[in-house]
Amino acid sequence: MHEYSVVQALLTQCEEHAMANKAKKITKVVVKIGVMSGIEPYLLETAFNTFKETTVCDGGEFIMNIQPLTIECQECKTVSELEKIQYCCPKCESIDVKVIDGEEMFLMSLEMV
Amino acid sequence: MCKDCGCSITTNKHQHEHTHVDEQGREYNHVHDHEHDEGKNVHESGHHHHDHDDSHKHQEAHAHLHDNPQLNDAKTIAVITKILDKNDHEARHNRAHFDEHGVLCINLMSSPGSGKTTLLEHMADLAPFKFGVVEGDLETSRDADRLHVKGIQAHQIQTGSACHLDAFMVHKALHHMDMEAMDVCFVENVGNLVCPASYDVGSHLNIVLVSIPEGNDKIEKYPVMFRQADLVLITKTDLLPYFDYDIEHEKIMARKLKPNVDILELNIKEEASIMRVIEWIEFKRKMRG
Repeated sequence: MHEYSVVQALLTQCEEHAMANKAKKITKVVVKIGVMSGIEPYLLETAFNTFKETTVCDGGEFIMNIQPLTIECQECKTVSELEKIQYCCPKCESIDVKVIDGEEMFLMSLEMV
Repeated sequence: MCKDCGCSITTNKHQHEHTHVDEQGREYNHVHDHEHDEGKNVHESGHHHHDHDDSHKHQEAHAHLHDNPQLNDAKTIAVITKILDKNDHEARHNRAHFDEHGVLCINLMSSPGSGKTTLLEHMADLAPFKFGVVEGDLETSRDADRLHVKGIQAHQIQTGSACHLDAFMVHKALHHMDMEAMDVCFVENVGNLVCPASYDVGSHLNIVLVSIPEGNDKIEKYPVMFRQADLVLITKTDLLPYFDYDIEHEKIMARKLKPNVDILELNIKEEASIMRVIEWIEFKRKMRG
């Protein structure tokens, strides 16, 4: 259960952005959560909604976009979104693949007033 | 027209403070801070107060503002930063610190009880390199004590309820370690196959241990962790006769997650298998120059 630690980092970022933009409130937080980031989206949302209350995000909406694992095959250059967690090109079956997305957690945008 | 209050003046800074009553009868105060044009209508104090009865036009402007959120100065900013940005920054700092001292840092991760501390104890007598250990546990200093007995430099971090070590905790622990007295620094993470995988602590390499009694499917069940591994150590192989554990299947699964991952089997009672782990570390150490 490290979602709480992740939410703390996220709320700190929100506070900093609100201050830098002289905003009073953050009304919407949009994040991108990779399926291989090690975060359980449901728990992240619960943690966010629990801890936002004492912060600039109080009352704010939390939008999570779940990012599938996306790889680029280094042999046939095909970019694929994977349904199964297998680091292998679905087209040519090469295992020489580069991960493009789906392993990280990003704060994408903030709506503030 | 000033978009904040509807006045026809636009530049010199001033504030409006007044009370609104909404349809439900709730009262709320507003302060508007904005600038009006030079010359006429300059407010010496920088702000003025008025109430709604004075200005019907003003009130209308506000009613319009509150009905239309787009005019209420909401703005969306694109940010696009990693949520664990600060941790990653600290991790890079830790790595630079290790590099300065020519120390190879290895993060040891696994479930509780798969043999991390035991491996470290046994390596003390066999390794050609000197090593220190940053120990992470929720409670007790037992693991650090076990290593001290073997003459290993170790510092215990008690995380309380935190299920993983992060780069900041490791950084603090490093202040208690003599970097000159070691070639390799192990970070023995909190026993957990989930959370530590998301946190870079500043290590150069990750070793993930998985023991035979944990059962056959741990690699498939915890893909994020095994994806992080540079070396998977399958431990307690002396127990293979007592469990239905398909070790070859596990190796295939590990390589589906990370095609180039190294995999070694470890039986702590067999010195040769401990030596293979030591050789792997020694090789990686030499490859860093």
